[in-house]
This record gives sequence, C-alpha cells and structure tokens, in this order.
Amino acid sequence: MAFIDRTARSLLLAELVSGMALTLKYFFKPKKTINYPYEKGPLSPRFKGEHALRRYPNGEERCIACKLCEAVCPAQAITIEAEPRDDGSRRATRYDIDMTKCIYCGLCEEACPVDAIVEGPNFEFATETREELMYDKDKLLANGDRWEPELARRLELDAPYR
Amino acid sequence: MAKVTVDGITVEVPNGSNVLQACEAAGKEIPRFCYHERLSVAGNCRMCLVEIEKAPPKPFASCAYPVADGMVVHTDTPMVKAARRGVMEFLLINHPLDCPICDQGGECDLQDQSMGYGGDTSRYHENKRAVTNKDLGPLVKTVMTRCIHCTRCIRFSTEIAGVPEMGATARGESMEVGTYISKALSSELSGNLIDICPVGALTSKPYAFVARPWELKKTDSVDVLDAVGAAIRVDTRGSEVLRVLPRINEDVNEEWLADKSRFALDGLKRRRLDTPWVKREGKLARTTWPEAFAAIEAKLTGLSGDRIGAVAGNLCDAESMLALKHVMAALGSTNLDCRQDGAALDPSRREFFTFNTSIAGIEEADALIIIGSNPRHEAPLINARIRKRSLMGAFPIAHIGVAADLTYRHQYLGGTPQLLAGLRDGSNAFASVLRGAKKPMMIVGQGALARPDGAAILAACWALAAETGMLTPDWNGFNVLQTAAGRVAGLELGFATGKTLAQMLGGGVDLLWLLGADEFDAAAIGPNTFVVYQGHHGDRGAARADVILPGAAYTEKNGTYISTEGRVQRGALAVFPPGEAKEDWKILRAFSALIGKPLPYDNLEALRMCLVQENPLFDRLDILPHFGCSDTTGPVSVGAVGDALFEPAIENYYMTDPISRASPTMAACIEAQKHPKTPAESAMAAE
Repeated sequence: MAFIDRTARSLLLAELVSGMALTLKYFFKPKKTINYPYEKGPLSPRFKGEHALRRYPNGEERCIACKLCEAVCPAQAITIEAEPRDDGSRRATRYDIDMTKCIYCGLCEEACPVDAIVEGPNFEFATETREELMYDKDKLLANGDRWEPELARRLELDAPYR
Repeated sequence: MAKVTVDGITVEVPNGSNVLQACEAAGKEIPRFCYHERLSVAGNCRMCLVEIEKAPPKPFASCAYPVADGMVVHTDTPMVKAARRGVMEFLLINHPLDCPICDQGGECDLQDQSMGYGGDTSRYHENKRAVTNKDLGPLVKTVMTRCIHCTRCIRFSTEIAGVPEMGATARGESMEVGTYISKALSSELSGNLIDICPVGALTSKPYAFVARPWELKKTDSVDVLDAVGAAIRVDTRGSEVLRVLPRINEDVNEEWLADKSRFALDGLKRRRLDTPWVKREGKLARTTWPEAFAAIEAKLTGLSGDRIGAVAGNLCDAESMLALKHVMAALGSTNLDCRQDGAALDPSRREFFTFNTSIAGIEEADALIIIGSNPRHEAPLINARIRKRSLMGAFPIAHIGVAADLTYRHQYLGGTPQLLAGLRDGSNAFASVLRGAKKPMMIVGQGALARPDGAAILAACWALAAETGMLTPDWNGFNVLQTAAGRVAGLELGFATGKTLAQMLGGGVDLLWLLGADEFDAAAIGPNTFVVYQGHHGDRGAARADVILPGAAYTEKNGTYISTEGRVQRGALAVFPPGEAKEDWKILRAFSALIGKPLPYDNLEALRMCLVQENPLFDRLDILPHFGCSDTTGPVSVGAVGDALFEPAIENYYMTDPISRASPTMAACIEAQKHPKTPAESAMAAE
C-alpha cells in the first residue's frame, strides 16, 4: 500500500507543487528583507557598534585614564597611557583601540566609571586598509563629537536598566 | 610565652605581644590601617577589632591590647563583623570616591578591606570633607582629602627616618596631616611614606598616573645605587622600568628603600648608550659592533700587556668584572683597579674592606664610632638601622668627620684623623666608652680612606678596633662602609692588581678599558691614552672615550653583586638593554673571540661556575659567612696619619652615579634642597 502511495505522489509531482505553493504564499506576504544601504533595520539602545569617547557638555573630555576598560577588555584591544595634564588632572595621553582585535562585547562601556568610552550605534566603519582600524584618541573623540546626541539618548534609554 | 586561643586555634606567643600578633600567628587575617609591625602602636583606625572572651562585652582594638595567658579571642563573630563594617563606614564617610583617578587604585588597603570587611552601601548623605593638599617636595605627591588619619607617615618620619617633620594639626574633623610649616621632606627615606600609606593620600610624584599595578611585570632584584644591597622589586611594562619598590629582607633593608634607589630609575631612560661609537677625526660617530671591535683590535696590535689597563666602575656586576679580568689576562695585562676614588682598601683580607658586623648585627652592638663617614648619605638604610639601635637606648655614638645631622643623638668629636691617636692612647673621653663596651663597633667610611694617608688611617682604625675589644672571636666590630655596589665584588675577584688607577691615568697605559667607570676625573687620562668605555650611560667616561661599547644597566642584566656586608646577591634582568646594547659579559666574550683568545664560557651558568672557582664566596648566595675575628693582624700601614680634615665621601646624595646623574627626579630633589620653597610657594605648588 505504501508503495502505491509513494509512487502516485511522485508521478503527480506532489512535492514540487507543495513547494511552489509555499513560494507563492510568501510571494504575497510583506517583504522581510530591507534595501540596505537605503533602508536600515531597527537598533536596540544597547547595540554595540563603533566606539566613541565622550565629552562633558562643557567640552572637557570624560576619560580619566583609570584603565579599567584596558583591564577588563578580554581581547586586550585597548592601550592607555596616562600623564598628569598641566592642571594636574589625570588624562590619557594615549587611548588606542585595535578595532580588529575588539570583539564588541561592551565590557569597556560597562567598566567605565564616567561613561567616557561607549559603543555607539554606528556599524558602518569598514575601511580599505587595516591600519585605519587602529583607532587612536583623536579618532575616538571625533566619533564622540559626531555621535553625541545619539549616544546621550541611548544612555538615557538604557539608564533604568543599569 | 602566653597561650592564646584564636578561633579555636591555640598558639603560643611571646609575652608582651599584642592580640593582633597572636591572631596572625594563628593564621587569621586582621584588617588594619594604622598598625604597622615596624612602627609604634597608635590604635586609632579601630579596624582591627576582635572579641575577647571573659572580658567586657565590647570589641577590642587588637593591635593595642596585650595578650594574656589563656586568652580566648574570636575574630569572626557577628559582633566583630558588625563592628568592622561600622568602622569601615565611618572611614569612608570622608574618603572621596575617586578610586578611578587614584594612583593607589589596585593596591589600596582601603579598597581591599572595604571589599572584604565593609558594607555595600553608605548612609551618609551630607557633604564630604575636603582638605588642601600639602607640598612634600618632588618625590611625594599628596591628596590629603583621601587621608584617613592613620598617622603611619607621622610615626615613620619621627621613628624610622628621624626627621620629625610631619605631624597632625587640629582635632576631629578638622585634623590635617602635613608638615607643620610647609616644607619639603628632608629625609633620604621619604619614598617609604608612599609604601606605608594605606590609602592614596601619599603617592609617588614621578610615577603619578603612569601605570596600574596589574599592568606591571614584577622582577625581584637587588639595588646597586649604594653598597647596601637592598632587596628591590623592579616593576616594568614593555621595555620600560616604571618603578622600583623594596622587598622585605630582614637582614638588610627590612622593608625600606632609600630615595635614590627608588626614584633614580628615570635616569635609565635618558642619556643611554644604545649603539657603539668610534672616535673619528676627534668626533664620536655611530658605528657597528664589528667596526668598534676592529678599532680596539687595531689599537691593540703591538701593544705589550703592561701598557694596557682596566678600571671597573661602581655599578659593575661580578660577572662582567671577571670577564674583563680574563680578557685582560688574555692580553697579558694585570693592570686592574676597581677603586675609582683611590680609596686605600687593602684587598688582602676580606675583613679589611667589608662591613663585618653585618647590618642586622648593628642591633647587637653597644657603642659605635663613625670615622670619616656620613652613613645618612652613604647608606641611608644602614643609618636607619643605627637609628633603630640608637632608639633602643644605651648606645653611645661618636662621629669623626664632617659634622652632619645623622638623625640620631651622637657625640661629634671633630673632623681630623689626628683624633684617632687620642682615642688609642685614651686621652679622648670616648676611648673609655669604647673600652667599656661589650660589643663596640666602628664604621670607617670612604671619606677616611680615599685620601693620600688612607692606608695609614685604615691601619690606625684597625689598631683602635683591636685595642678596644672590637675584634674578638665572636664579635667583629670593624666595618668599612663601601659606597659602591661593585667594589667588594671587585676586591674579592682580585680586580686591584698591577698599576693603580692613578698610575694608569698619568700615561701609565696606552689603552685603558673603562667598565662603567665614571667616578674619576676623566680629564686626568693621558692625552695619548686610547680609551675604551663599556657602559650604559653617556657620562664622564664615555665623553672621553675613543670607542664606546654600549652595555647594560643593572635592571637589564642578570648580575651578581656583593654588598658592603659581603653578602652575595643576584640582580635579575627585568627589561632588555636598549638598541644595540648587550649584557657586559657577552660583549667581553665576543671581543675575546675576535682577538683569538675566547673566554671559556658561553653562557651565564658556565660564567658563574668560573666565578665560584675564582672565589668560593660566590657560591654562598645571600649567606653571610663570617662573624667574629680570629686574626687581629692589621692591614699594612703606609706613612703617617696626616692632619687634613676629613672630606665627605659623597658630595651630593642624590647624584652619585651615571644613572642618578641622568635622572630628572634626582635633579629636582637637588633643586628642592638647594632652593627650598617658601611656605607660600609651597602652598601654590600643592594645589
């Protein structure tokens, strides 16, 4: 009996028809893909993208070179050197992130006592050369300046859960 | 002995110990801030609270409570835990939450103990206290808001350093620790304040914000910037030496370290020789190793061994000195000297040039005479030991030499060596003190020996020692205080034969090999002498050199050193030498192969076997073999004791060698000493 059933199904192309039926069903459903880069998907406020160093509203850089992010970084992607600035305050003379080493875990962000290093919403920072992914302090501060409204908004949204 | 039970563990501790010591003996950790084993008990932090059975039902400060036989102590009851949590909360009330910018972060007692014994929240919502910072000079940085008033720094400067410059003013919340009048600390041991401060109130100024403790690679080594041989830990990151800290060695430095040894390390990065140089047409030019060697070899052809000489410097390790001695022997020369200051050290017997009593032995002595030395500058850690003995009482001290504040009470006899005669014939009043003492000791400094009549003074000192009972079969009170870490090893290796330095300088040799030798007047070298300088800093010797071979500093090589006590210790490589520089014995080994007389060792182990063959002393690592003197025959006396006044052996404590001369921190110390800030300037600098 089973033999007849299987043979009949093959001869009538039942599997092909059911497959095409599914295709046809999805043909009329709304599209799941988006037209990147002209369209972009939604991002959580906790999305871990490109790093940025933030500043206080008065323009003073937040980072105090406490080196907690350097210590916590599991990929050892962060290198910090510090020195007393002319006014005696503790500042980083060097803040490097090797973006090729970084695994985007966000621990640096969590370790930071002053919300200086953050991982922003930007994920479109592909470069043509490897060297461009060795970020230094200037690059990170520039990122911070560029993204600050968005970064502040994200921290605000995430604040109740921190 | 008293029997004490701590948490069910019974221990026996000496009578007069405190409960905290009993708890430590039982292996229980007691948190503390103000208590320090080497300082007096203050009992003001209240962190070491414990509960004692059959005593009033209250927590006791264990550091200030003496043990009694049969005492039962509890360190982990709910009452103790609550009491410690309460104390911690009080301490944190006024302590700022600035751990991320604090240099103590990661090695802070308050941080650790707050994690271990503190609560998790604070109930204090009022304003925190703020205190203005104090200016303590170029070495110690202060953030006085962080101070928890443990008074360790006050007790250290008063008791150990002997400069009672720190103190607390006002009481209660207005209490402030600082120097009474704004001034820089005048102690050579001020760096230890940084170590004993349990919080980040006193931190290192040159090391400010440089690194975190977890980033550092730690290498155990020994210090060579004076001849004490203090145990140090070299902290490095990458190829940089970032700080030097003391290690505990009860027989030598206890747990202290002198400022030069601690802070001169920034000199290791400056004025370094990192490539060979050769003098061409009167000017030094960078070159390569083969060319530098070729230049020396060209000069050597046709030169008789007698016209070649070598001088070993103050920071040399025994390995490189032995290698140099062997190279010189291969060249047929026995003209070796390691006494750059021309000190009349008699190398014939160890007792004539070492600190025979030993540093720990100072505590057994009961009278002391210091001749031609200022131990405060020549060996601050030995001076601290003398002060420690002095504070125990019944320790008359006399000083002949340049009058100085030695930090302890002493009788200044004068500055002329003629006083020795008076001490020997008994006309000087102190002679009877020495004769009456059971274990008298004498410290003879380089200031007494590095002078034309040095040999006569050494002989007179030895004779005085023999006559006053310093040299008995179970006590040796005769001490020569060396100032150079390489000196004793050099003398033990026989690096003082043939022509002396003075003879070599005055045209006595045609080729002079300087192994890190900078402490003599390089201008005195004859104009036709070809000078090879092998060392690590572009200092006086390198300036005169015709060929420079870049060597390694003490943090960059595995070296053996003998301290002034005669203690054999090993320093360790913490970072690699910069650029083209190599370890010194390897340079000499390579050169020996070039001249066709290769030295019989290819690695450090083989070289150290050679060291032991040369002198069995090198086999006794960190053991002091002798104590007591069986042969009172003195060193050979040459001429008569003159009447010139003693000169200080060290002009300036902060700059005595190529490393400290290259150090900006040491320069800042000298500046602070020469031109002390007015209180107003000091207050400005502190802010």
